[in-house]
Amino acid sequence: MGRVLPFSTQDGAARDVDSGVLLDVDDVTLQYKTDDRLVTATYKVDFQVHRGDRFVLLGPSGCGKSSLLKAVAGFIKPVEGAIRLNGEPVRGPGPDRMVVFQEFDQLLPWKTVFQNVLFPLRARGVPAKEAAERARDYIAKVGLDRFRDSYPHTLSGGMKQRVAIARAMATEPEILLMDEPFAALDALTRRRMQEELLQLWDDVRFTMLFVTHSIEEAIIVGNRILVLSPHPGQVKAELNAHAFGHEKSEGFAALENRIHTMLFADQPTAPVKTTRAARP
Amino acid sequence: MTSHQNRLVPQIRPEFEREVLEAGVIGDISRPLSPWERLAGNTLARRVLILVLLGAAWQGYAVWSQNPLMFPTLSETLATLWTSLVDGNLLERCLTSLRVLLVGYAIGIVAAAVLTMLAVTTRFGNDLLSTLTSMFNPLPAIALLPLALLWFGLGEGSITFVLVHAVLWPMALNTHSGFMGVSETQRMAGQNYGLKGLRYVMLILVPAALPSILTGLKIGWAFAWRTLIAAELVFGVSSGSGGIGWFIYENRNQLEIPSVFAGLLMVIIIGLLVESVIFRTLEINTVRKWGMQR
Repeated sequence: MGRVLPFSTQDGAARDVDSGVLLDVDDVTLQYKTDDRLVTATYKVDFQVHRGDRFVLLGPSGCGKSSLLKAVAGFIKPVEGAIRLNGEPVRGPGPDRMVVFQEFDQLLPWKTVFQNVLFPLRARGVPAKEAAERARDYIAKVGLDRFRDSYPHTLSGGMKQRVAIARAMATEPEILLMDEPFAALDALTRRRMQEELLQLWDDVRFTMLFVTHSIEEAIIVGNRILVLSPHPGQVKAELNAHAFGHEKSEGFAALENRIHTMLFADQPTAPVKTTRAARP
Repeated sequence: MTSHQNRLVPQIRPEFEREVLEAGVIGDISRPLSPWERLAGNTLARRVLILVLLGAAWQGYAVWSQNPLMFPTLSETLATLWTSLVDGNLLERCLTSLRVLLVGYAIGIVAAAVLTMLAVTTRFGNDLLSTLTSMFNPLPAIALLPLALLWFGLGEGSITFVLVHAVLWPMALNTHSGFMGVSETQRMAGQNYGLKGLRYVMLILVPAALPSILTGLKIGWAFAWRTLIAAELVFGVSSGSGGIGWFIYENRNQLEIPSVFAGLLMVIIIGLLVESVIFRTLEINTVRKWGMQR
């Protein structure tokens, strides 16, 4: 399959290397129960995330992208298929797969910004001094130095998400899972956060799995986009977007269009006409 | 829809840009509050005002009704309270009551903690707690007193038993509903850190449910007080020296009505102190500081 790219280091110079598959999602089917029915959220979804990827799960609501992310995080068990991190099957939630949620209440309100970032480190058994240093480091990286001793309820939405990102990154997880982290922000803040996230990735070179329903955000944030179809979620395409950032080039627009048609191609436009025709 | 000529089209207006004024030109953007505004914003000041008004109403009515046997004045009650505290045995009675109360309260809290922890970690525990609270919560603690007297004899054992009963159920009910109300995101965040079992309960659920737990503590405290005074009124002396309920009962028998009022006032004062000093401090330093309660 050639998943691990053979790379030569003859010239010995620093160059981009692909060190292979980190996360392997292998034909995963997810189901959940409501009161009176069993719903299939995704059907045999498979994809591989390589180290250093900014891998985006993109699809309309109902395509099971958030469920997939929760399955990778270990909150949902697949009914079929396997999820492997570094070859090890995922068996439940753990700090090697830190999640940044969409909701602003993911921070613990009884802890300050600093304590919030520090807490998972200490819970994981990182020695106090090192943990404090790392926490301070990452808070500085997201630009919240001045608010280190503030409580979450005094922060704005964007700042809370920054803390959540700092908290997740400070534990230095294998992979950062982001569940529509900027969806609840206003457009201007969202754009800034996307820029900062890319900057941060440039700095630290972590691996992330990013869920979004915005085509634009997917192209900006991701280097690789998995397009999912809804009800149940199935893989429609896996595309490259590494060439695009915030600048709207022609290629950007072309890709945006391509994904747009892909997602809305099989959406019937007929119902609009029929309802009109049905009217007396 | 009728005529096409009348379609509303907004006029296109010219664009413009403007320089904004410097903040210094506008004047003070913020100003300090006046002393009066400050006083009105002070909770303590407002509460003291309410107490003063209530006291004045009491005094006014008592003076007007001229019936010291049925309704002594506030000043007379306060004077009696003072002499009972300094020369009499009221202080000692209070301490006796408080000691018994604290023992019962503490046992009740511990039992409630154990029950709710069991309830959030296992399904059996959950069913057990729901069943037990729906059975025993409506049962008045005082109704158990005759039985307690049989089992534990005429002494502190019986009072402690009914106190535990009075505290345990409301406390467990509140704590449990607090745990149930913790947001899914916060739960997932906690599990994401790799926390499990007791550590998960203590580090995530307890602080997240603290507003409800504090309410439970307050209700438990009030129930304990009521039950204690009522129990002492019913069988009075326990192990030689009676509590504050007995003080009230004794004085009523001797028609020392100002002393009865003094005893009641003492109960009220202790209640106010506990509420406004202990619980308030707890709240200010936890749930209010964290923005979980206004």
